[in-house]
Amino acid sequence: METIDAKAEDTRSDYKGAKLGMWFFLMTELLFFGAMFMLYSVNRYKYPNGFHIAALGENLLIGSVNTIILITSSFTMALSITAIRKGNKILSSWLQLATIVMACLFLINKYFEWSAKIRLGIYPNSPALLQKEKGEALFYSLYYVMTGIHGFHVLVGIGVISTMLFFTLKGKINSESFVKLENTGLYWHFVDIVWIYLFPLFYLVT
Amino acid sequence: MDNASAHITDYKTYAFIWAGLLVLTAITVTVGTMHLSRYSVLICLAIASCKAMLVLTYFMHLRYEGALIKGVIFMAIITLTVIIGLTFVDVWYR
Repeated sequence: METIDAKAEDTRSDYKGAKLGMWFFLMTELLFFGAMFMLYSVNRYKYPNGFHIAALGENLLIGSVNTIILITSSFTMALSITAIRKGNKILSSWLQLATIVMACLFLINKYFEWSAKIRLGIYPNSPALLQKEKGEALFYSLYYVMTGIHGFHVLVGIGVISTMLFFTLKGKINSESFVKLENTGLYWHFVDIVWIYLFPLFYLVT
Repeated sequence: MDNASAHITDYKTYAFIWAGLLVLTAITVTVGTMHLSRYSVLICLAIASCKAMLVLTYFMHLRYEGALIKGVIFMAIITLTVIIGLTFVDVWYR
């Protein structure tokens, strides 16, 4: 503990401040996604049948597999922080790499899922969708916007975790200075939580 | 130094949480495909909230954070609840 304090004196790093700043950022993200969840709730309340019919077109298998992938990637991310704090650089690096690989798998699944829908003519403002009931069109618009912005967050996560992996290998992240990796973890877990809510709302509509 | 930076969560704790999250996912899928009509949404959202709590408490280390960070999160959640609540008041009584 004293080593962290001493380190903070040396490098003028601020452990508590860095953590608080990250949480502030995550709360702006919460309100950002919250607005979209609100839009979803209002429209689902207004068009329950349209949402029901539209959701039948969702692929529950891909959704479930992606949920498992994202939860597991959160698990390896958390483990990598414990590993670096125990001074195990090699294990931490492998765990970070595993997280990146799973994030890529998530996006690959998303690619197949989206392209299957687009092939059926289901995409925002598509002629096929405009002919359908309003609720169905709204469901798919929200689906593309919400999973799209979530997917973008996964993409950003891949970039950030890759940078952290580079820092870990360079020794810039170590058992005494690890707040960067911890904050990356916080971001990644937040992205996981958003998906935890997206999953039942788009794939389990009855 | 506060507890947050002093505490190292061991691998085993994370493994338990991971297993818990997978079990809850399996339960959500089962419940969601059972066609419980009206209640299905509520049950699925309740399970999702349990999962979110597990991630926040253990993966995001909130259990060991001080009052300041917990307060920031609480404020944000209250704000979001009020915004969504007021919007629904408008939708219901319009």
